[in-house]
Order: sequence, then C-alpha cells, then structure tokens
Amino acid sequence: MTGRRSVYSSREVSLAFFLLLPSLVVFGLFVFYPLVRTIWLGFHESDFFGGNRVWVGPSQYIDVLTSPDTRNSLWISILYTLLTVPTGLAAGIGLAVLANKPLRGMSVFRTIFSSTVATSVAVASLMFLVLFNPSVGILSQVLSWEVFEHPGLLNDPSWALIAVSAATVWQNLGFTFIIVTAGLQSIPADLYESAQLDGLTPARQFREITLPLLSPTLLFGVVVLTIIAFQSFGQVDLLTQGGPLDRTNLLVYSIFDNAFGPSKDEGVASVQAIGLFGVMAVLSMIQFRILDRRVHYG
Amino acid sequence: MAGLQLDALTKRFDDTLAVDAIDLDIADQEFLVLLGPSGCGKSTVLRLIAGLEYPSSGTVSIGGRIVNDVDPAKRDVAMVFQSYALYPHKTVAQNIDVPLRSQKLPKETRSEMIAEAARALDIADLLGRKPAQLSGGQRQRVALARAIVRRPAVFLMDEPLSNLDAALRVQTRAELVDLHDRLDTTFVYVTHDQVEAMTMADRVAVIQEGKLQQVGPPSEVYDEPANTMVARFIGTPPMNLITGSPTKAPEVAPTDGREVVVGFRPEHVAITPDGWLRGKVLLVESLGHERLVHCEVPGGERVTIRVDPDDAIPHDGEPIGLAPTPGRIHWFDPSTGRRLP
Repeated sequence: MTGRRSVYSSREVSLAFFLLLPSLVVFGLFVFYPLVRTIWLGFHESDFFGGNRVWVGPSQYIDVLTSPDTRNSLWISILYTLLTVPTGLAAGIGLAVLANKPLRGMSVFRTIFSSTVATSVAVASLMFLVLFNPSVGILSQVLSWEVFEHPGLLNDPSWALIAVSAATVWQNLGFTFIIVTAGLQSIPADLYESAQLDGLTPARQFREITLPLLSPTLLFGVVVLTIIAFQSFGQVDLLTQGGPLDRTNLLVYSIFDNAFGPSKDEGVASVQAIGLFGVMAVLSMIQFRILDRRVHYG
Repeated sequence: MAGLQLDALTKRFDDTLAVDAIDLDIADQEFLVLLGPSGCGKSTVLRLIAGLEYPSSGTVSIGGRIVNDVDPAKRDVAMVFQSYALYPHKTVAQNIDVPLRSQKLPKETRSEMIAEAARALDIADLLGRKPAQLSGGQRQRVALARAIVRRPAVFLMDEPLSNLDAALRVQTRAELVDLHDRLDTTFVYVTHDQVEAMTMADRVAVIQEGKLQQVGPPSEVYDEPANTMVARFIGTPPMNLITGSPTKAPEVAPTDGREVVVGFRPEHVAITPDGWLRGKVLLVESLGHERLVHCEVPGGERVTIRVDPDDAIPHDGEPIGLAPTPGRIHWFDPSTGRRLP
C-alpha cells in the first residue's frame, strides 16, 4: 500500500467482519443472491415446470420490457398510483385537519381515523369484496346504480381499477392520517393566533400557513404512497386477479402471474421484476433526495 | 388610539382560576406593564384583551366599546408574541404584508406602509430575507414591524425581549420606549422581568395568583408595595420581611403591640453596633459595585443588607446590629399581608 496506512489493525478488521457476518449472511441469502439470481434468470427461458433452462440472452429483456403486456401493466400501475396517491393524501389531510381541533373526545376520532393501519391488506380487501358484491354487497343494496348490480364494480372494465383503488385508499388512510397529523402538530399554534389577529380567514390560514408548512410532510407522503402503490399486490389478488380484461393487472400482479400463473415463465417474470426494481430504485433515490434536504423552516 | 378597560375580568380553565376578577383602567397612549411571576395569569390577561381567549365572566372594553364578542382581527389590536410567530415560509416583506392584505388595501399603499414600518424599525435591508436567515434581534424587529404596520389602537406584547441576549435586551428596552413615544399608541406589555417593568412602564400592574395586587407608577410600586407579595416580588434582592412584635423599633408599629410584619429594603438598613435588630452574618456576596450581606435574625428569618464596597465588611459568623432607615420601614398585616397605613 502506498497510500496512508490503515488506522485499523488486522485484528480489528477481522473482528469487524466477524461482527458483520450475521447481517452479511442474512442480506446475502435474502437480498443479494435473489437479486443476482433474478437477473440471471432474466437471460433464460424455461418450460412450464421451470426446467430445461435455455440461455436466450439480453434480447429477452428488450422483448419483455417493450411487450404490450408489460407496458399495459406499467400503465395500469401508473394509473393506480394517480388514483390512490392524491386522493389518499387529500383524504388524510381532510381528516387530520378536522381531528386536529382541540375538542373534547377528539382522541376517539383520532383512534378511529388511524385504525386502518392495524388492518392487513387481506382484511381490507375482503371487506371491500363483500361491500362491492353485486348480489349481497351493501353498495348494491343501498344505491340503485346499475353498475353496482350488473356486473358489479369489480367486474366492470371501466370501474374495476377505481374500485381496487378505493380499497387501497381506505387501507392507507390510517397511515396518511398519522403522518399528516404529526405534520400539523409540528406547526406552532401561535402562528395561527397571529394569523387570527392579522385577520386571516380559516380558508386563508389553511392556504397560507397549513399547506406551506405541511409541504415537507406531503412530499414524504407522496413518495412513500407511490412506492406502496407500485408494490401493491394483495388487493388485486383478492379482488380481481388482474381482471377484467387485464384492467387491474398491476406490475407486481403481472410478475406473479407470469411466475406462477397458467402461462408460467420464470424468465419473463424475472425481467419484469428487474424492471420494477429499476422503477423502485429511481423512486427511492428521489425519496432520499427529499429526506436529505428536508426543508427546514424557522 | 384608545384606552382599555377590564371589568371584573375572569378566566377559568377547568378547575384553575387563571384570572380572578381583574379591574383595570388603561389610559389612551399609556405604557402599562403587566408584571408577575410565571404562571400568574398575566399572559392570559393579554390573550383575553387580544381575543385569543374568551372570558369566563367580566368584560374587556377597547375605546369604550365592549369587545368580548368581537373577532380578534376587528378589535384594532396588534400583538407581538414571545416566539415572534413569524411565518417561516414568507419573506420579511410578506410577513409585514399579511395584516395589510387582510385589510384589502391597494398594492401601492401597502408597499408604502411596509417601507415605512421597515424604516421605523431599521430593517429596510432585510425585506427580502426569510425569518430563518435573521438573528433573534432582527426577528423581533420584524415582529414589531408587522404589529405597527397597520397602526393598531392597542399594542400588546407578550415577553418580547425574553429571547434576546442581555446586551440586546437593554438596547431594545430603550428602543421600545422610543417607539411608544413616536407611535402615540396604548402599549400593554407582559413581562416577569421587573427591570423591564421599572424602566419602561408609565404604570406597572403587579399580578400574582391571577389577582391584581397593585397598580401604579414604578416608583410607587417599589416604594409603597401594597402587600407582602408585591414587596417580595419587586426589588433584587427583595424586601426583607420579618414577623414579630417589635418593641425596640424607633418607629412605633401601627398595631399597638400585636404581631406585625416589618419590611425594609436591603439598601435601607445600616450596620451599626447600636442597631435595634441583632443578627449573625451567614454569607457576604461581592457583586463588584456592591456587596450583599446575608444574616440571620432572632426567629431564624433571613435578612439581606446592601453594603457599599468601600464600607467595612463584616466577617462570616460575626454578630452585628442592624438599623433600618427611619421613614423607610414598611408595616404589613401578618394575616392578610396587606400594607398597614
């Protein structure tokens, strides 16, 4: 070594490796190996049983990533994100602002509004499956809207994604409510008192104080909810299985379908998984950027 | 411009009586300081005047009009908060502009008023900055500018100097007095710092335990405290108070032999061998320009004496005689704490 001498002795270095070993093993086994294996599988084609792997080279990446199926799933995922993220945040802000008033018994509402964090995707999906059911569902019983009864929201190509999105918004509501409430509570109360003396109406207080000072929280919410949206699987699997007419075939569901469905093809699923990994990596980088320069006020 | 009346003003928070039937007349253009220890209710009085709290009973009148049910923005009052409460995402100019925009004034008028307020507080070169880029003193000036810009009838200040360092506090005190002279506006100023009260106020209203204890010019509050609470609170170190039945005092207690509280300030007592009060020195503190002699008198009570540094200094443990200056002795009723005539 010509550079500066290591400040650690070889004993210290081996101790460090020894201490890192458990995490290295866990990460290697469950993160690094699957990632490398998936990339490798993407270069192969296999039969239905996952046997007879044949090297087909990088062309499979180009073929799959530009295929109409993948493009459709990517588009559906983007649509689903656009349907769930803004509405989810808006609902979260609305409830959080309402529940942020210092009134007696407000903690009851706070508990109710944040309770969906305690439900699983499966429970939420089952609830909505019953709710949307054309023959026994409450919606079709209460509202005499044609589409609720026939074919039912989840079976109608133009409504299915909206229905799945509604279930997702509901399930994420607890999370958005909690982060927005935390954001609201970090805004000093005397700003609102000063605003009251300065003659700002409640609407102007919301526009000129609440929203700007909530913006770091909202940016964080957008990024996290977008990542959650791109990773959604359970609600589609339980509510629509990607149908009708692939209208709810989100990326992750498409990967699952290609890997384990009737047209079973590990190679195709692997390429899609790597594609999703790329999308997620970009989103995560954006998230780190935002968290890094987390806007500091005051 | 307007005077201010508080009439039996009371505020209760659940079981706590924060403000207890306060009657107070504040004259137009007066500089009134509400003085009291933390938690005494003085800030609540200010918030009741501003309309940020609603009184449990009693009334607040501004300019002869009862404003209990008037919206804070329509009371013609401006307030400077202890934290300054500047909008962190707005520039200095935008901060000062907020109350003007609410008044729907034309843009040119607003710009002129902002420039004028900024000139008055010497912050004209900071108008484009955000609060985070300002020092504590500069933020305080911005908060003052935002308050004066709309020329309120009453100017409320909640411990505005408490976040400044000592040197800046002294300077800002003088500037606030100057600002009051220039603005011809009623100032109601809350503080727990008696130096601020003594140096700035036309009148001081001493509040303790939610009650108005005494109101008067600073010299009166200092020289003739209305009760033992005020006597203990005003003055550093506070007035010495001893309970007993003085028989040797040169001034006759106004209680014909019954027990009484005798009060005298540390500067109004001489150390002399023939002093009628006997004490034992516990500790001598040197503050440079003066020394404080702490002694114990019969009955176990503590007495502090202010001594000129050139005078002879007694030693720890030395028995001394104390002679409070005749005419400077205060008498209080031991049961009510009230000043005896």
